[in-house]
Amino acid sequence: MPEGQVLEFAGLSKRFGPVIAVDALTARVEPGVVTGFLGPNGAGKTTTLRMLLGLVRPSDGHVTIGGKPYARLERPSQTVGAVLEASSFHPGRTAANHLKVYAQAAGLPSSRVDEALATVGLADVAGRKIGGYSLGMRQRLGLAGALLGDPGVLVLDEPANGLDPEGITWMRGLLRELARQGRTVLVSSHLLAEVQQTVDRLLIISQGRLVFQGGLDELADPSEFATVVDSPDRTALAAALDAAGIRHEMLRGGLTVRGADPVLIGEAAARAGVVLSLLQRRGPALEEIFFDLVNGLRVHASASSAHADDTAGVVAEGGELGADEPDTAAVDEHAVTVEAGDQTDAAAGDDAGSDDHEAAEAAAVSAGVESAERGTPGAAFAVAATGVIDIVPPADTAPPHERDADDGDDAPADGATEEVAGEPDSLPAAEPDRLPADEPREARTEADVAADEFFRSFDRSAGETASEDGADTAPESDTAPESGSDPDSVHAESAAVGDTAASTDERDGGDVR
Amino acid sequence: MSLTAATRSESTKLFTTAMWWILGVVLLAYIGMTAAGLGFVFAASATGALPGGPGEARVPTEGIAEVLYSIAASIGYVFPLLIGTLMVTSEFRHQTLTPTFLATPRRGVVLGAKVFVGIGIGILYAIVALVGSVGPAAGFLSGFGVQTELASSDTWAMFGRIVIAFALWVLIGIGVGSLVRNQVAAVVVVLAFTQFLEPIARVAAAFVENLDEVTQYLPGAASDALVGQSIYTSMGQASGAQQLDWWAGGLVLLGYSVVLIVLGHLTSWRRDVS
Repeated sequence: MPEGQVLEFAGLSKRFGPVIAVDALTARVEPGVVTGFLGPNGAGKTTTLRMLLGLVRPSDGHVTIGGKPYARLERPSQTVGAVLEASSFHPGRTAANHLKVYAQAAGLPSSRVDEALATVGLADVAGRKIGGYSLGMRQRLGLAGALLGDPGVLVLDEPANGLDPEGITWMRGLLRELARQGRTVLVSSHLLAEVQQTVDRLLIISQGRLVFQGGLDELADPSEFATVVDSPDRTALAAALDAAGIRHEMLRGGLTVRGADPVLIGEAAARAGVVLSLLQRRGPALEEIFFDLVNGLRVHASASSAHADDTAGVVAEGGELGADEPDTAAVDEHAVTVEAGDQTDAAAGDDAGSDDHEAAEAAAVSAGVESAERGTPGAAFAVAATGVIDIVPPADTAPPHERDADDGDDAPADGATEEVAGEPDSLPAAEPDRLPADEPREARTEADVAADEFFRSFDRSAGETASEDGADTAPESDTAPESGSDPDSVHAESAAVGDTAASTDERDGGDVR
Repeated sequence: MSLTAATRSESTKLFTTAMWWILGVVLLAYIGMTAAGLGFVFAASATGALPGGPGEARVPTEGIAEVLYSIAASIGYVFPLLIGTLMVTSEFRHQTLTPTFLATPRRGVVLGAKVFVGIGIGILYAIVALVGSVGPAAGFLSGFGVQTELASSDTWAMFGRIVIAFALWVLIGIGVGSLVRNQVAAVVVVLAFTQFLEPIARVAAAFVENLDEVTQYLPGAASDALVGQSIYTSMGQASGAQQLDWWAGGLVLLGYSVVLIVLGHLTSWRRDVS
């Protein structure tokens, strides 16, 4: 079994004339795990990978594979396999001959060609000219080329582009298996959702600079997560949690426990013999954290260039929430006001200490935009995006039952999901204050659109699942239709919140399990 | 990784697309038809089967066989030049340079392998071109009862020099291709120079005094000098244009290929691949 190697980026920089494509990138990629290399289009991912592979000469710094630069590797094809783009083929050559060319260059036996083609599922079309291949088949062929030498290191640039859902699932499985065998796997993508289920660790770059390095679970602060638990007998459940010393709040959608492991909660309920109807971990959408990191709205300590203190996961969004504060009382969980206050302080402190004027400004600007938009239909979306935080109230607030009563006829998040299930992720995109986050998406290729469509289909099904849950669990689910027919913007907000939360849950679900 | 492996890879690369045999077929047809046409005219004219012009000027039978055979090089040399250019520019065009350099990170090795394979395809094309020129020409010559000279060692020495010329032309093509990365631009440059600029310069040299001192160093003229015979020089000699010795012509041609390849290697071949 080939050994994985450590990839070491040390102060790696690349300038193209006045443009700095990669700026003093220092990072380490370990074997045995799948590392995601994320950043918006044009962030410098491909340039970084090409420097890793000796195709582009660094302007400064260096990058090594197992301690050696690529050009000094004795057997490069047997050490590193790379898939850089889906177009590196002569259209008039057959797939088998294409691979034969590179197998010969690497001194590999021609039997490897057939094996690699079989691995990627192209054995049947090996004799066809590549010009007639679909984008997905070309991606597979590129992967076959990377696997020719059975290398210990795999580098893939946007491998999911052009793959159908089946192909993406297959690719994920393959990458996980390769990492499990102890190989180093580095996968770039501009969509977190695309790699979220595959990667263990993340490198995130923005404008050539590293903004995050660490595990997927380090991306969000644990305190940003909450567990929603519900039972037909809520009083018994509350008592059970009290008995276990777990602080909780009673919300319409169930009891919310902050920061605790869902396993502990389940245990407490089981010990008390309480039947559970819902046990779900909820947190901020990683995609949003990703966008905030990329836009500088959030600064993570792991970034070598970070100027922030070590308050990992401090949310600049808190600033936005602070601005909303007076108006959000009508929103389902008004506990958000307290939380928003906390986070505003934290974020303000962080920003002041970090000299990160840009971040502070951006937050201020977006908050201003939002306030201006208040009362217009746009405001509903504004809350929708922050809704993921709404469902994470701190423990030290007003007694839960009081809030429950205050909530009145607000539709429970889960119950209302059905109304908006048909229009998932597009809501945050329409929101004015998220414009910075959407910037990188502007240069969209066809493949992007296809990929978005694909992931959207997951969100859609996630929404449907969540709405079924809601119907089962929420006793007041009869309020859902009411909220649907009521033009009041508050209900629209709640509905939107429900949707965001539902899709978030689905994405995070994989991590919990 | 080694030069041997890279050379095997390059030859597979060349022979697994249609370009080499398409160019080869066109070469055979083009040379064949030209040799047949000229062979018929020369042979018929030399024997008086065709009525001569005013003054009864006749093509002399002496040496027409070698001139006809040398059509392979004097007209066909653009084909090895083109295949050499395409061997390199197709890597840029189809972005196959990425996997090529991934498999062989030492770029000089890749270029060296291309040189070896280029010499091989040059020899192959020379044989194709000679079949195309000697076949019909010898046929018409013997048909009209003119000496085919195929038993002469001089004729076979010229065949050998044609083979060398073809190999050198492929190398020049590789040099041009590595300098001019754009495939269309490279092909246009090659065709414009060989079919337009140099012929005009050489025709002009026949009339302008001392211009032949310069034009004899042009690659086409050097190639003709190396081969020793040419449909062009046989006309040029009539006007007394200077020509290099065959070995000097060969060295000039080699010089062009070395300079172009080294320049290409130092400049564009080492650039970032993106």
